[in-house]
Parts: sequence; structure tokens; C-alpha cells
Amino acid sequence: MTIRISAPDTASKGEVIELKAMIQHKMETGYRRDSRGDVVARDVITRFECRYNGELVFASDFHPGIAANPFLSFHTRATESGTLDFTWTDQDGQSWSETHELTVE
Amino acid sequence: MIRAGLIACLVFAACSAPPEEAGTPVRDPLPDDIKRSGTAFLQPDTRALQADDFANPGFLWIDRGEKLFRAGVDGSKACAACHGEDGADLVGAAAHYPQVDAASGELVNIEGRINQCREQHQSLPPLDYESDDLLALTAYVSHLSRGEPVSVDVSGPAARYYEMGRDYFFTRRGQLNLACSQCHNEHWGEKLRGDTISQGHGNAFPAYRLEWQTLGSLHRRLNDCDEGVRAEPMPLGSDTYKAVELYLAKRAEGLPIETPGVRR
Ligand code: HEC
Ligand code: HEC
Repeated sequence: MTIRISAPDTASKGEVIELKAMIQHKMETGYRRDSRGDVVARDVITRFECRYNGELVFASDFHPGIAANPFLSFHTRATESGTLDFTWTDQDGQSWSETHELTVE
Repeated sequence: MIRAGLIACLVFAACSAPPEEAGTPVRDPLPDDIKRSGTAFLQPDTRALQADDFANPGFLWIDRGEKLFRAGVDGSKACAACHGEDGADLVGAAAHYPQVDAASGELVNIEGRINQCREQHQSLPPLDYESDDLLALTAYVSHLSRGEPVSVDVSGPAARYYEMGRDYFFTRRGQLNLACSQCHNEHWGEKLRGDTISQGHGNAFPAYRLEWQTLGSLHRRLNDCDEGVRAEPMPLGSDTYKAVELYLAKRAEGLPIETPGVRR
């Protein structure tokens, strides 16, 4: 599963920073049929969370109808040096994560 | 797809009777001074998405391709071990494909060259056309040539493939009885359903099509165009599509490689 994260490596205390996250996922809706007329099974991510030193700073619930390879962009305030953790979880509970170290000066 | 075909038929019937009724399409090549990449015909938001190296979803495949390029599989040598950590030796290479392979005399495109390296230099089985891994490696290798002008050799052993591709381009086909040239040479810039018809260049492929919701090869795009006129499409990776790819590359000569493109 390919994940792309865009986040600053350093920020000053109190600064509002932009975070961007994208994951390769087909987000199969469960409403489509294949060339033989069979329903293509639903396969979607249902939850995204971003934690900053363990604290939840952004979350999003996903539903069928969200395009493949979902891309999110959001903001948070830089308070202290530490780890940003980005986690996606699918309908079956499988999850994928990526981390980014942020230094606050 | 059927509905698209029908509408195409109506559009063309309404706005232009063919110059010679069901005759041979005009064979004039596209003049150099009006040559424009497909990117020029996109809606502004789609163009902005292509131009954004983070938001452009094609980069998911570039990243994946880069990882594959650096990793040896099953103890085999990594691509990077022979071609440089950042693929330095392959910068510019993709701008000169397809080309005839000296050893076999066959026309190979980037997909084919990658599979050749897998078989001959890595003792690995070839990857399926349109598999995520082959698309990723192809996109990565093509992206190394981003900005390089397309320039292919169509002389000598390549000449017969070039002619084969050119014939395909100017031959009417399918229930709608349309040649590639009738859309991409004679009607570019005009509307067809939700699309603006471009000049049909391949310089941004593999490209992310919003309709596909994924990255796809140039051959998949050709498959869509053939289906659009309700013709039997050729297999992806076939000699015919490779020959068309060569003709398109010669026709696009001088346009910069833009992989990964974003398309509607
Ligand atoms: C009925 C009109 C029609 C015909 C005939 C047709 N195409 Fe297309 N083609 C389109 C449309 C519409 C698109 C999508 C918009 C665009 O980029 O032009 C397209 C896209 C393309 C593209 C992608 C261009 C880009 O920049 O993304 C290529 C390459 C192409 N066609 C080649 C061909 C070839 C080769 C043939 C003949 C086998 C062909 N087309 C036949 C209508 C047509
Ligand atoms: C053991 C060394 C070796 C490995 C591993 C290898 N290649 Fe190659 N590759 C070559 C050689 C040698 C050539 C040029 C000569 C030839 O085979 O025609 C070449 C040619 C190429 C070319 C064409 C370059 C040009 O200028 O035309 C591409 C593209 C390429 N390789 C990609 C790859 C990729 C992608 C991988 C990994 C999947 C890979 N290679 C693995 C040795 C290797």
C-alpha cells in the first residue's frame, strides 16, 4: 500500500501547519458490476486518523462514493516536537500507517 | 460506452459530413506549428491536479516504482544496481521509445524493455501488462525523462512498424467507421460528449484517468478509443498497439514527456 505524506520537518511553536495525506486504495463501492454482471464486492477504507504525540488532531469517516486513492489536507497547530501518526483502517479492520517526525523550535 | 458511441455518431453527423462520403480519411500529417500536448485541452482544475506533484495521484505509482526499482526480488539484482540508485543512467531514455531491439529485431516499448530486463538480467518472470507493478515501473522510468522532448527513430528496421502504425491511424474502423485521424487530426479542439478532443498524443502516459480511478497505460487509452468507435480493440502490448505507439511518438516529436499526466 503506497502512502504519501506531506508535512513540514520543522515549525515554530504555535505555528499552524498544513498536513497532506494520500493512500493508494481502490475504494470499491460495492455498487458496480463486472463484465459478467457479477457484483464487485465492496472494499473501502472507513476511517482515517491523525495523531500528534498520541493525541487525535484530525479524523474522518469514509463511505462508498469517496473516490479511489483518497487525498486529505488539513491543519494543526505545532505545539511540541514529536511524532505525527497517520492511520487508515478499512471495513475489515485492516490498517496502514505512516509516521512523520516534527521538530518544534 | 455504447451510449458514448451513439453520441459520437450524432455529433459527427450533425456538425460535419465527411469530405468524401465513407472515403479514405485525409492523410495529411498534423503540422508542427499547431502541435499541442493533451494537457492544453484539460479543464483548469484537472490541469492544476496534474501540475501539483503532491496531489497528482499518479505519484502513488511513481513512489511505488521507485521502491521496486531499488529492491532486489528473491535475491535478484535490483534495477538500481545496474542503472544507478536514482536511475541516473535512464534519464532521457523513455523519450526514445518505442525502439527496435537490436538482438530480436522486434519493436519494444518501455513496458517491454522493463520486462526484458526482468527476464534477462533478473531471472524473473515478466510482469503482466497493466499490472500495478509494471505500471509503477513504467511510470517511474518515464518520469525520469519528464521535460525531455519525444524523439524516436523510425528509420531502418523501425520503418515497417512506423508504417503499420500510420496505417492504423488513418484507417476507418468499428461500427462508427471512424479513423483516429478523423477525431485527432480533423476535429481536435472540438467537443465530444464531456470531452474536448485533443490531438491524441501519448507524451503524458502512463496517466491517471479520473474515469479509470487509476493509472493506466497508453495502450489502455487506445483500447478505449477503439471501443469508443465500437471496434474490436487490440490486446494491450500487441505489436499493433506498439506500432501505433511508435507512430504517435513520431507524430508528437518535440513535445515534452509529462508522465504522470492526469486526464478526465
Ligand atoms: C470518436 C473520436 C475518437 C476517435 C476515432 C479516436 N479517439 Fe482518441 N480520444 C478521443 C477522446 C474524446 C479522447 C479523450 C480526450 C482527449 O485527450 O483527446 C481521446 C484520447 C486519446 C489519447 C490520449 C490523449 C491524451 O493526451 O491524454 C490518445 C493517445 C488517443 N486518443 C489516440 C487515439 C488513436 C491512436 C485512435 C485510433 C485508434 C483514436 N484515438 C481514435 C476521441 C477519439
Ligand atoms: C544486471 C543488470 C540489469 C538489471 C538488474 C536491470 N537492467 Fe535494465 N538494462 C541492463 C542493460 C545491460 C541494458 C542495456 C542493454 C540491453 O539490454 O539492451 C538495460 C536497459 C534498460 C532500459 C533501456 C535503456 C535505454 O537507454 O534504452 C531500461 C528502461 C531498463 N533497462 C530498465 C530496467 C528496470 C526497470 C529494471 C528492474 C526491473 C532493470 N532495468 C534491471 C541491465 C540491467
